[in-house]
Amino acid sequence: MSESESTKPSKINPRFRYEVAKMPGGEKLLQCFQCGTCTSDCPIARFNEKYRPRNIIHMAQIGLKNKILDSEFLWLCASCFTCTDRCPQGVEVASVIRILKNMAAEEGHIPKLFRELLSNLLKTGYVYEVPESRIRRRESLGLPPLPKGDSESILKTIQELKIARILNSE
Amino acid sequence: MEKVGKYMFFLGCTIPYRVSSYEISARKVLQRLSVDLVEMPEFNCCGLPLEPLSHELTLILSARNIAIAEREGLNILTLCPGCSGTLKKTNKALKEDKSLKEEINGRLKEVGLEFKGSVNVKHISQFLIDDVGLDRIKKSVIKPLRGLKVSEHSGCHLSRPRKYLEFEDPENPKALKTLIEATGAKYVEYMDETECCGATVAGIDDKISLSLVREKLSHIKSAGAEALITMCPSCHIMYDANQIRVERMFKETYNIPVLHYTQLLGLAMGISPEELGFDELRVNPSKIVKYAMEIKPRL
Ligand code: SF4
Ligand code: SF4
Repeated sequence: MSESESTKPSKINPRFRYEVAKMPGGEKLLQCFQCGTCTSDCPIARFNEKYRPRNIIHMAQIGLKNKILDSEFLWLCASCFTCTDRCPQGVEVASVIRILKNMAAEEGHIPKLFRELLSNLLKTGYVYEVPESRIRRRESLGLPPLPKGDSESILKTIQELKIARILNSE
Repeated sequence: MEKVGKYMFFLGCTIPYRVSSYEISARKVLQRLSVDLVEMPEFNCCGLPLEPLSHELTLILSARNIAIAEREGLNILTLCPGCSGTLKKTNKALKEDKSLKEEINGRLKEVGLEFKGSVNVKHISQFLIDDVGLDRIKKSVIKPLRGLKVSEHSGCHLSRPRKYLEFEDPENPKALKTLIEATGAKYVEYMDETECCGATVAGIDDKISLSLVREKLSHIKSAGAEALITMCPSCHIMYDANQIRVERMFKETYNIPVLHYTQLLGLAMGISPEELGFDELRVNPSKIVKYAMEIKPRL
């Protein structure tokens, strides 16, 4: 990061916290009193110094919307829910982070891995494309055939979602 | 033996894609326990892997699966805690929120399905304890694995978030330990038992996920366990298939066999390792297999 970039003030969006708090799982965002339990118990934070759930919650509270949604660290959350279970204020930390990821995805920030998973789902009904050889091998292993995913039906149920439209239009 | 009520068997994506040994051993063991399984037709991903992109997408995908089971009038049984956790959360959310239910049903109507909220969802660990019962499991054991020392990793999604899953205490999970003891094996405690396996960041940041695996393996090794027992396909991949990657990355040797609980129980039932998918495991389990083969079956 260049010096001018690192000292550039971030834009604050004072309405942002209410946007997050009205989503399912975000309701308790404003209750966070910054104790740091979530960060100290987070398995990812232990191995990555940039990843700090307490900071993410704080940034969401004060409205650093763009800074969060453009970030890469957001996608490091393992969704293990340890923070959610241990927050003394009942903040569903993992769900707040999921809400933020969902918002980032709607703005088009979608890591490659998730693009692949979604495109597999639309093709096969599963997030992985089970190779032909594996499907055939099931028989020799004595396993019943894998039902063919009904991707057409799945597409019908999700085509109106913003995320499906974003990927389709690309 | 009297049959245990019919269940709709939900496989999910990860098991057919990469972890056949879990499916093979689970089917064998459930058959021995006289559990009637019905294959779920045209199911789809439970929705969990896509939740980072859209919560609503996850709700629709999981509700679609539940609606298929409801059409057949059957409760759902899963092998993957990620799948059961997601289906359970959706089941609860839609049952409690009428307008959300209507919204999701609006989407499902397009394909002739409806979420009613009439079935329940269980992971195999809960199913074995609640529906099959420890008595029946203990009776099925003809080769008690006495003297074998194993540790367990239950996985986060089996009981977290506590508020939604209402299963067991995530800070002190007991189900898998109880099930291990039913096989006669000895349960060995280790440090940070409830730590995440890191599977969900594999592919995003492998250094972090493999560091988590390494830490778990080293704690298990210090505790002196001869094997690690899991009940989640993703956790299993992390500790079994990725163990060699950890060994290479950190220049260490662990050599800890990682078994699905259903394989451990199968051995105790006297089922042959071939029939339990042992040859699909990456870390050589021969020590454990040899140990089980030497036990004389009690008749
Ligand atoms: S544990 Fe809860 S209250 Fe404490 S910093 Fe994290 S979100 Fe805030
Ligand atoms: S859910 Fe995410 S933020 Fe919370 S403890 Fe787990 S990895 Fe950390």
